[in-house]
Amino acid sequence: MNEERTDPMEERMDQLMRALDGELDAAERTAFEARLAEDPELREEWRRLSRAREATMGMKLRHPPEEVWDGYWTSVYSRTERGLGWILVSFGVIVVGGWAAWIWVGELLADTTMPLIVRLGMVAMFTGVVILAVSVVRHRINVLRTDPYKDIQR
Amino acid sequence: MSRLAARYMDASEASLVRSASRGDKTAFGELVRRNMQAAYYAALGLVGSPDDALDLSQDAFARALKHAAKLDPGRPFYPWYYAILRRLCFNFLRDRKNRQRLLDEQGAWLAHDLSGGGPGEDPEARLGREDARRIVARALSRLPETQREVLVLREFEDLKYQEIADLLEIPVGTVMSRLYAARRALADALEEQ
Repeated sequence: MNEERTDPMEERMDQLMRALDGELDAAERTAFEARLAEDPELREEWRRLSRAREATMGMKLRHPPEEVWDGYWTSVYSRTERGLGWILVSFGVIVVGGWAAWIWVGELLADTTMPLIVRLGMVAMFTGVVILAVSVVRHRINVLRTDPYKDIQR
Repeated sequence: MSRLAARYMDASEASLVRSASRGDKTAFGELVRRNMQAAYYAALGLVGSPDDALDLSQDAFARALKHAAKLDPGRPFYPWYYAILRRLCFNFLRDRKNRQRLLDEQGAWLAHDLSGGGPGEDPEARLGREDARRIVARALSRLPETQREVLVLREFEDLKYQEIADLLEIPVGTVMSRLYAARRALADALEEQ
């Protein structure tokens, strides 16, 4: 995956990076130091980049609580089970709920003893309740997915 | 792939990968246990939030399990998994709400190396180090994902250029270009301090 650099700017950039990360061999290092000594612009860039390197070298990624590792695999496995569970539940709810709603709306609209406006109002109310329920369930799912404490065993 | 294979794969892993690809969940669980810390820290470096890193790394394992039949026993598990993880993390970062929230976190995911301080440390020096941590975290969170990724792999995961190139399947020159751009941005942020 190595490629030849022909652009002098790219070559200079590579040399700076490799020098910062200690990836130059002895001969390359000597040549780089000679270049540094005679090029004030390169020296200034080296100073700035060295400072950036030093800033990150003094830091590390923060460790999580040890409990996180205890339940890690269980949580991964639960996610796959939950995925299948949700697919089946969603399928069932859509089929059964859709069928029930179809029957109920059909009967309601066919009931001529009730004024039309009341029948339409009930259909609107039912539709609204379904939309709100779906919205709340979806929100709960999103919260569960991002809840940082759900997998921690106390 | 040889350097990368040497880093991530041993003889027992080949057998685990083979079993996992045939649907053995115990073998997959063992692969998760071996790689969960690397996965978590890789995600943490990318998204900069411990809670989200945990969630994304687990989600990536769950997706990997779903597609375990595609595992190649001749190749190490982690680079294959990492491709899934980085896609999830990049998608996560592209959500503007997430990005804004991460910018507000002030780099709580970064810590100073213990060798740099201690209980007897001068308070002024401690303040300076805290400032530096915030500046670095903020500058990192503003980098394009691909630059941030290379910088994190180099600085916090301690990978060599060739290993990064193998992991991301990009040329070594591209690794150095991204690293250079990331460090320049970081240097600018430090100069503005």
